[in-house]
Order: sequence, then C-alpha cells, then structure tokens
Amino acid sequence: MNVVRPAVTCLGLIGLWWIIQLGLHVPPYLLPAPPRVAVALWTQRDVLAASTWTTLQETALGLVFGAVAGGAAALLMSLSPLLRRWLLPVLLLSQAVPVFALAPLLVLWFGFGIASKVVMAILVIFFPVMSAGFDGLRQVPPEWLDLAHTMDARPWRVLLHVRLPAALPSFGTGLRVAAVLAPIGAVIGEWVGASSGLGYLMLNANARVRTDEMFAALLVLSVLTISVWWLVDWGVRRLLYWAPA
Amino acid sequence: MQPNSTNCPGLRIDGLRLTYAAQVIFTDLHVQIPGGRFTALLGPSGVGKTTLLRLAAGLDQPEAGAISADDGRALAGRVAYMGQQDLLLPWLSVLANVTLGARLRGEPADNRRALSLLADVGLADRVDDLPGTLSGGMRQRAALARTLYEDRPVVLMDEPFSALDALTRARVQDLAANLLRGRTVLLVTHDPAEACRLAHLLLVLSGSPARLEAPISVPGTPPRPVDDDDMLHAQGRLMRTLVDSAA
Repeated sequence: MNVVRPAVTCLGLIGLWWIIQLGLHVPPYLLPAPPRVAVALWTQRDVLAASTWTTLQETALGLVFGAVAGGAAALLMSLSPLLRRWLLPVLLLSQAVPVFALAPLLVLWFGFGIASKVVMAILVIFFPVMSAGFDGLRQVPPEWLDLAHTMDARPWRVLLHVRLPAALPSFGTGLRVAAVLAPIGAVIGEWVGASSGLGYLMLNANARVRTDEMFAALLVLSVLTISVWWLVDWGVRRLLYWAPA
Repeated sequence: MQPNSTNCPGLRIDGLRLTYAAQVIFTDLHVQIPGGRFTALLGPSGVGKTTLLRLAAGLDQPEAGAISADDGRALAGRVAYMGQQDLLLPWLSVLANVTLGARLRGEPADNRRALSLLADVGLADRVDDLPGTLSGGMRQRAALARTLYEDRPVVLMDEPFSALDALTRARVQDLAANLLRGRTVLLVTHDPAEACRLAHLLLVLSGSPARLEAPISVPGTPPRPVDDDDMLHAQGRLMRTLVDSAA
C-alpha cells in the first residue's frame, strides 16, 4: 500500500494548521499549536485509550447491528411488494426526524451506558445500508433471472445464488458509507449523555477550555473513523473478489 | 450422448397473438419448426424474432395461441436458452457457471460431465478461472458448455455469436453446429452467412404484424464451409427474400 501520499497530506495539513496558528497569532484556547496537542495526546493517553475503546465498541456494535438490520429490511422489501409499500413511508418518516433530536430520548430510554449510543449509530447507518442493499437487489440484470427461469430454478435458490451475490457490490457501497457514519452516531449519543467515550471527553475538555485536549480527542476520533472505514473497505473488497477494482 | 432427431421434438406455433405497447407484433402466426434440426430465424430489427424466442422459452406469455412440442408432451423443462450476452455469473468459476442449472434446481452438480463439455469447447485449462479473465470467444464457448450441460432437446439461441470477431465467430459456429447436432435448434440471427452455414432451414419474418415468408431449405450438413456452393446459393436466395420482404 502506498503510504507516502497520505503521509504527505497529513504533514501538509499539520503544517498549514501551524502556519495559521503562528501567522494569525490565534490564542491557544481557540487554536492550539500542533506541539501542544501532541503533548495532550501523550499526557492524556490513558483517558484517551479508555475513551477510544468505548467509542470503538459503540461504533462496531452499531455497524454490525445496523448492517444486519439494513440488509434484512432491504431483503424483505425486495421480496414483498406489499411490505415495501407499507414499510417505505415509515422508514422515510424515521429519517425525517433529525437524529440529534432523538438523542435525548434515546438516552432516556436506553440509559447513560453504551446501549443508547449503539442504537444511535444503528439509526444513523440503517437507511444508507438499506437503500443501497435494496437498489442492489432491484438492479439484478433481468437477463440473469430469465436464464435462471429457463433452468427451472427454485425461487429461493435464485435468491441465494444469483440475486444476493449480484446485490453485493451495491450493498458494499452502503457499508462503506455506514463505516464513516457510525462513529458520528456514537459521538452524538455521547454528547447528549455519557460517562465515557471520545465525544464525552471532548465535551468535558470544552467545558474546561482545554482546547488542546479537544483537538487530541478529535485527532483520535479521525484515526478511529479512518481505521474502521479501511477495515470495512478491506472486508468488502475481499468479499467482492470477482468485481473489477 | 448426442440425442437423435427422433427424441427431439419439433416446435409448433399456432395462432399466436401478441400486442406490445399498442402495436400488434403477431396475429394468428403459424410456424412449424422441424425436430432435430437447426432452424435459423431472420428478419429486420423489431419484427419480433426475440419475442418469439422468449415466448418459446416460457419467459413471456402470448395473448392467444400457443407454442407447443409436436410430440404432444409439454415443452416446459425441455428448453435451453442462450442469449446474445454470455450471462456468465462473474463470481463463479467457469466450471461453476456451467453447472449453474444444477445448483439452481437443487441437484448435485455433475462435475465430470461439465469438465468433459468444457474440454469439448476447448476450455479444459480454464475451468477454475473467473469469467472476467476470459476473452469474448472463450466466454461464449463457456456459455455454450453451460447450454449443453442442461442437456435439453430444444435449444433456443438469440444472436449468440454476434459480438464476436469474424474468425472467432466462425470457430464458435463450428463448435455449436457439431455439439448441438441432433437437437432442435432455433437460432435468431442477423447474419445471413451464419444462418446459411449452420441451418437446415431458413425462416424469414417480416412486416407488422409479422408474417412468415416461404421457408428456404439449405442442402448439405452444417457446419458448411464458408465457400460451399450450396451455402452461397442459399445465401443469395436468403438475401433476395430479405430485400423483397422489406420492400
């Protein structure tokens, strides 16, 4: 894998940040210089590690359950037009309510712990996963289905051997989008009410005007999101060994 | 392994009627397709050749009339279909594509037979490869092996060689003619030379609603050499029929 380009990009961004901070004389409580953030990263490493672990669990659980739920809903809707007609408006309605607005309710219902954040992440990723999976199932080339028909195929075997594999590339796209959305869901949940996690840490640092700690948490969150995306992308590409890269 | 013409039924198309988007494609169409022989179906684009093939394959239903086997038994389950695209599933190996029908019916795949068919079409050394790594000619040969694996007495082909270059097309035509010998084959094609190389009987559809021109039979055994006199003579007659029917 080429690491030179991402490294150059990162160093470039850090350099730009430093130049802005120095050149415009921005006070450190608004924009701390990179070395201050590096120090915060080091001194707060235990808290950061524990918070990252919490957010990672919320993200991973949200991703797994959200992907399964989104995939299952896509499958049900593609199998039953009746269900599709009833389910789709409900799902659209659920998306019309901003997730931010739901967060306090979720914390009220599912508590301060990890559960409310997992539900939050599920809610954020469910729709993209479902619509990508549903599109994939709908866009199976009809010629393949015709061929299966002339082979006297059984319907559920067509689903297993033709429709599901054919829908995988589209479903994979949904999963990649979900991978970057899931941490957002988890962090929003933590902002509303939590006792641990990177979002909680940021809120806490903000209240104490510890901008360097906020930046440290933000950096760790970015690395976490990129890692989750990279892992999902790797898994999807392994699954789609046959698709053109 | 190859069936003889007595157990491959002919097709009888009786009183067929079909309307598509307010346009009458067929009305009271009658066609007789002989059993155990290669029949080529030609005609201008949009005349309903592919539609006729889809009706015979059971993929569409006519408004009136029927397509039946002339031995009195049901046609369903005795038809294999080969389209213009190879329709190989990109995630399955060549071998698994050939045995796809077995997997879709829930039968155990007969890999020995599939491997021997793949050897027949010259793909013995590519059985584990994915379709994406094959050339167009190889893919169409794999599709031919898949069609043969179905081992159906009636084979419907919709311009299966039209996307191939001239030399590859001639080779795959030879293969198809030899491996499908004795079956009832209905081949839709735009290529008069292809029709005259491969077919015993040439049918031309024309007009709207479509009607059948007088059938042309081609003497000799397919696949005929490209410079065969009978073939060239038939090709001349066929071109004349196509031109006259369009006038």
